[in-house]
Amino acid sequence: MSSVLSALGEGSIKLQQSCTSWRESFELAGAGLVESGRTLPSYTQEMIQAFEELGPYMVIAPGIALAHGRPSASVLETGLSLVTLLTPIEFGSQSNDPVSMVIGLAAIDHDSHIDLMAALSELLMSEEQVTLLLNATKEAVLRSYLS
Amino acid sequence: MKILSVCGMGIGTSVLLKMNAEKVLEAMGIDAEVLAADITKAKRDGVGADIILTTPELVVLLEGMPGKIVSIDHVFDLTEIRQKLTAALL
Repeated sequence: MSSVLSALGEGSIKLQQSCTSWRESFELAGAGLVESGRTLPSYTQEMIQAFEELGPYMVIAPGIALAHGRPSASVLETGLSLVTLLTPIEFGSQSNDPVSMVIGLAAIDHDSHIDLMAALSELLMSEEQVTLLLNATKEAVLRSYLS
Repeated sequence: MKILSVCGMGIGTSVLLKMNAEKVLEAMGIDAEVLAADITKAKRDGVGADIILTTPELVVLLEGMPGKIVSIDHVFDLTEIRQKLTAALL
């Protein structure tokens, strides 16, 4: 799970945010990737565009959205960001609404983030871990869960 | 057996689906190759796939492809993946 921790750079974690739309939550997830030096601001727009084109399939599990675009010139380094929402938001997902957690993902290519995805999968597979993440109000505490 | 896991961008959902499908298939003792792809790549290279794994919202974009489409609601739910793969393999 430590690879999830190291993928979440400084500035990438935004807890208990008030958002009113999927777009706002994507903007925050994108800002987290930018602030931690993993992407250029243009990647945020690419994530939003991807959602507009393909819709809420990015809501991959109950309450959890994986915001991402393609590997592109806007990605500087593979990384994650994490946004938890004070009030869950409807994304229009058939089975997994409302969303309480948005994970931003940037990958430099199609292969080098595979270990990270395996670690992320292990983490999110545990309802107990997800609940801990969702309830966290302090970044230091959340990071201690991940270490 | 060839299985294609498909999502919009080819780096997120499809990778998670591939990993979790591999876990399930190994536990079931089924020898299968699972490839992750985005929609464009899936349409180009997906010929010959026995099963296409994806999420509900993308099913409509993959209709007409050869192979059975299996739609997974919750990509971390190994029980759901196992049940739906089993049904598709019967």
